[in-house]
Amino acid sequence: MDLHTVVEVVSPAEVGQWRPGDAWLAGGTGLFAEPQTGVTRLLDLVAAGWTPVTASGNGLEIAATCTVADLAGYAGAQHFTAFHELATACCRAFLASFKIWNVATVGGNLCAALPAGPMIALTAALDGECLILGPAGERRMSVVRLVTGDGATALAPGELLRSITLPAAALTGRTAFRQGSLFAHGRSAVLLIGRRAGAGLVLTVTAATVRPFQLRFAEVPGAGELAAALRDTIAADDYVDDVHGLPAWRRHLTRRYAEEIRAELAG
Amino acid sequence: MSVRINGTDHDEPPRPGQCLRTYLRQEGCFGVKKGCDTGDCGACTVHVDGRPVHSCVYPAFRAQGRQVTTIEGLAPPDGLHPVQQRFLDAQGFQCGFCTAGMIMTTVALDEPKPADLPRALKGNLCRCTGYRAVADAINGVRTVDEPGAGPAIGDGLGAPAGPQVVTGTARYTFDVDVPGLLHLKVLRSPHAHARITAIDTAAALAVPGVHAVLTHEDAPARYFSTARHEHPTEDPADTRVLDDVVRHVGQRVAAVVAETEAAAEEGCRRLRVAYEILPAVLDPEAAMRPGAPAVHGDKVTGHRIARAADNVVGELHAELGDVEEGFAGADVVYEETFRTPRVQHAALETHGAIGWLDGTGRLTLRTSSQTPFLTRRALAELFELPLDRVRVLTGRVGGGFGGKQEMLVEDLVALAVRRTGRPVKLEYTRAEQFTAATTRHPFTVRMKAGARRDGTLTALSLRVVSDTGAYGNHGPAVMYHGCHESIAVYRCANKKVDAYAVYTNTVPSGAFRGYGLGQVSFAVESVLDELARRLGLDPVLVRERNIVRPGEPLAAPGDHADDLVIASYGLDQCLDAVRSAAAGPLTEPVPDGWRVGEGMALAMIAAGPPGGHFADAAITLLPGSRYEIAVGTTEFGNGSTTVHAQLAADTLGTTPDRIVVRQSDTDVVGHDTGAFASTGVVVAGQAVLQAARSLRERLLTLAGPGAVSLGADAVTLQDGQVSLEDLAASGTAPVRAEGHWTGTPRSVAFNVQWFRIAVDPGTGELRILRSVHSADAGTVLNPLQTRGQIEGGVAQALGATLAEHVDIDAGGRVTTAGFRQYHLPTFADVPPTEVVFARTEDAIGPLGAKSMSESPFNPVAPALANALRDATGVRFTDLPFTRDRIWQRLRAE
Repeated sequence: MDLHTVVEVVSPAEVGQWRPGDAWLAGGTGLFAEPQTGVTRLLDLVAAGWTPVTASGNGLEIAATCTVADLAGYAGAQHFTAFHELATACCRAFLASFKIWNVATVGGNLCAALPAGPMIALTAALDGECLILGPAGERRMSVVRLVTGDGATALAPGELLRSITLPAAALTGRTAFRQGSLFAHGRSAVLLIGRRAGAGLVLTVTAATVRPFQLRFAEVPGAGELAAALRDTIAADDYVDDVHGLPAWRRHLTRRYAEEIRAELAG
Repeated sequence: MSVRINGTDHDEPPRPGQCLRTYLRQEGCFGVKKGCDTGDCGACTVHVDGRPVHSCVYPAFRAQGRQVTTIEGLAPPDGLHPVQQRFLDAQGFQCGFCTAGMIMTTVALDEPKPADLPRALKGNLCRCTGYRAVADAINGVRTVDEPGAGPAIGDGLGAPAGPQVVTGTARYTFDVDVPGLLHLKVLRSPHAHARITAIDTAAALAVPGVHAVLTHEDAPARYFSTARHEHPTEDPADTRVLDDVVRHVGQRVAAVVAETEAAAEEGCRRLRVAYEILPAVLDPEAAMRPGAPAVHGDKVTGHRIARAADNVVGELHAELGDVEEGFAGADVVYEETFRTPRVQHAALETHGAIGWLDGTGRLTLRTSSQTPFLTRRALAELFELPLDRVRVLTGRVGGGFGGKQEMLVEDLVALAVRRTGRPVKLEYTRAEQFTAATTRHPFTVRMKAGARRDGTLTALSLRVVSDTGAYGNHGPAVMYHGCHESIAVYRCANKKVDAYAVYTNTVPSGAFRGYGLGQVSFAVESVLDELARRLGLDPVLVRERNIVRPGEPLAAPGDHADDLVIASYGLDQCLDAVRSAAAGPLTEPVPDGWRVGEGMALAMIAAGPPGGHFADAAITLLPGSRYEIAVGTTEFGNGSTTVHAQLAADTLGTTPDRIVVRQSDTDVVGHDTGAFASTGVVVAGQAVLQAARSLRERLLTLAGPGAVSLGADAVTLQDGQVSLEDLAASGTAPVRAEGHWTGTPRSVAFNVQWFRIAVDPGTGELRILRSVHSADAGTVLNPLQTRGQIEGGVAQALGATLAEHVDIDAGGRVTTAGFRQYHLPTFADVPPTEVVFARTEDAIGPLGAKSMSESPFNPVAPALANALRDATGVRFTDLPFTRDRIWQRLRAE
């Protein structure tokens, strides 16, 4: 929709230019989908032309402006099997269609910080670390910590998300993916990703909860241990209560899918 | 840097915050539609540098230096893209508002037959078709019949507007360029109930570009109803154009008229309004209790409100026979309470109108309406104008479903036009559709029924409460209608109804496909199913024991119009059809641990409303052996235009391609009650048929003695021919004849739905394994369209059954105000439905036809509830059945 209060676009924009009333603009599919009556200026990041995905021995660096389509279509670094298995599944978990993928960005999805954000699920599950640029310099933070609540992030005013680095160590283990929604191809109400890390298991819970939760086990736990860990880690009011699914149902599916993932990856 | 659109450079720079959709429309590409404006519905799909995007969430400045292709640029001017041809061949549309986006999306898919359509099309919503026709179009299945030499009636001919729809050249309400147009935006109430004590307009008027601010002080004092009926006395007069009391969150407080939408919105933000907050009531049962705040307590007499002090706008208390005696004689008695939620029509074209004064100063409205003539009448009365000083017309209307049997915008646009003297446009946002239009009435039905061992009903008793929201509009009429055919279809000596239509401080309810029947039938058909189960009888058999038969009266408690008769009867055939379906083996795969069940339900509907529904039509012979039909009724995907051409073609011995239809404009005929209550064929079609017959007689007479027959080009005489060309040129005036129909007497149509489903108790997931719908539509004039109406009705009802609910929070605010919160059925959600037609011929309807537009909706929810009961042993009583609620209920049992 038209953002009638916007009077200027800065393109390309840089860190340091932000002032109150500004909004960082990536693809725009989020920003242009709701009234933004407090926004008077758009700071365009896409025009900077950051390389979408960069592979190295250290892992994968995904630019915040990498589109979902670019991520879904990324065919490099085939040895990072965990990434390739999960990237397709997570892109498909978008409520949005493939047409939105052509424009929407990975960074935009993280910064929107919605529980159902599948790029949050992907990058959190793969131990992603955010590079954050701000007027005072740069800092790094895990994806799990970046998203602090439903629609809330740890970004300070004027800060921007530059990229997410997925470490090589997280990109080769076996993975398992489960998604639940009220509807076929609908918005995620539960999205869980399991990943073997050596002898251990990393379980990432998203969509069901107001922020991502990660459970790390040095060894693959038993069913009882996993259930207890979920109970201990995720409080009742951490489950999302909105129109996309009752909290009790989300909690039930979380436990059910977690156990399915545990069993699948235990062997 | 310019934007290259369809091969032409456009140098006008986009505004900084502009989205590509509005830029493209500003540059003349009206095929690019606004359905949601949030990136969810896909109606605005275009290609940027060859890649499909939703242009409503694409920053327009980014298109500079790029190539944009819209539906208008898909094919050369004289041809069609193969995908456009396929959408034409399968009629992959009804209203067509989503079609350009569907086509632009399909073109971008892997050719020729994409493997995973449910996933590929999740960003394209169609509210009309139920997607079967869309799937056929994409898969290249031709379903439209070629026009042949024989009779047009009975052929699946395509809609006359098809070529315009698939090329994006069909002109909907807002697809016009009006020089000097001003934009109107509305400041809406943040309170559920408040008195406006002051409005400071100074800062708003100071915004550059603002021309006027309208408040209750500018509005006519007169009360009216936004509901449109032939007889305005059917509806309570409780609404003002702008009121000094707001009765729901989202009600109009003031309007700002400005040169741009931006200035109008800024003006709204700068209005300073002082409110005196009043106590509010959000629940209809609470509203009827003593001491509850009275939503319209200020209205004493003359407003047609039954009991304003008690918030009861209309009520019905009546009994046939003696239900207590009936229950005493029953072998089994069952009682349960059923609830249905608010549902939004979600027509892809939002409400809105453009108004102006024509060259003679006549007030003219181009509006997204199902009732142009009734809206003209209401505007004339409201502004105290002679009828001939108001003209109301529509373009092609982008979906209605009853939501546009309402005057929700035209009054305010008219006020602004009269104030400013300028053309004014008000186009609802999608959020306004949810917060400031209407919804389906939420109903609570407490029903008790008794039956003897053989399944014979002994008594039916219903307590019905419908929530009409803050305004009464269709409330009483929906309540009456809901309590009629739903129980009149059963032969039972003892029936009792206590029904209330109740005010609350919530978004108003309004007319919606089925007009109350779906809500009450949900209870009635669930209860009948439960009785059958408790008696160990086949639910179909229990229906057969009790349904009305030809020649029998249609009886329901209360005073109901007596012009309703069974003028054809196919309910027995409809029941046979689902019995055959149920007898078929389970061939669909069912995952381990899932439970399988089957269920059915029936529905009856009157072909037209009580109290008269009027249509005028005229047909004129044109040069070139062509004809022009003039008819008042609106085309919004219902397909009445197609049928009107077919009816006239056969009567006049010509072919539909020689007939043009002018419609939906108060200038073209004397009167038309409107395109609602399933009347497009049985009332307006009847008028067209009369006009055609009359013109045929006229032409035979004009041709002289010995005229034998009327052909496509000439009248055949016993000894020779007289060409139509000569007849057209013979007189001074055009050869023309008129037709008229009063909408009475009325017949009834029948529908039966059957589902086989599977349910996963571990997750609540429900899958429809098979869906069969049998319908008695009388003579099926156009099987393609009738099938489409049924599939679309079933799909829309499946949305209401499995997904949709408008939610209101503790403060009265709608919390589901967009397509991300309010889930419309997508391609993936709608299974194919097998459609079976009964073979009947109606004694009243044109050429034996009956209505078939609202009614397919009505049996769907109870049929699914009955299947769910069969699968799980649990009676689900509250719609909708979403996975979380199914899981929760099964877990609780």
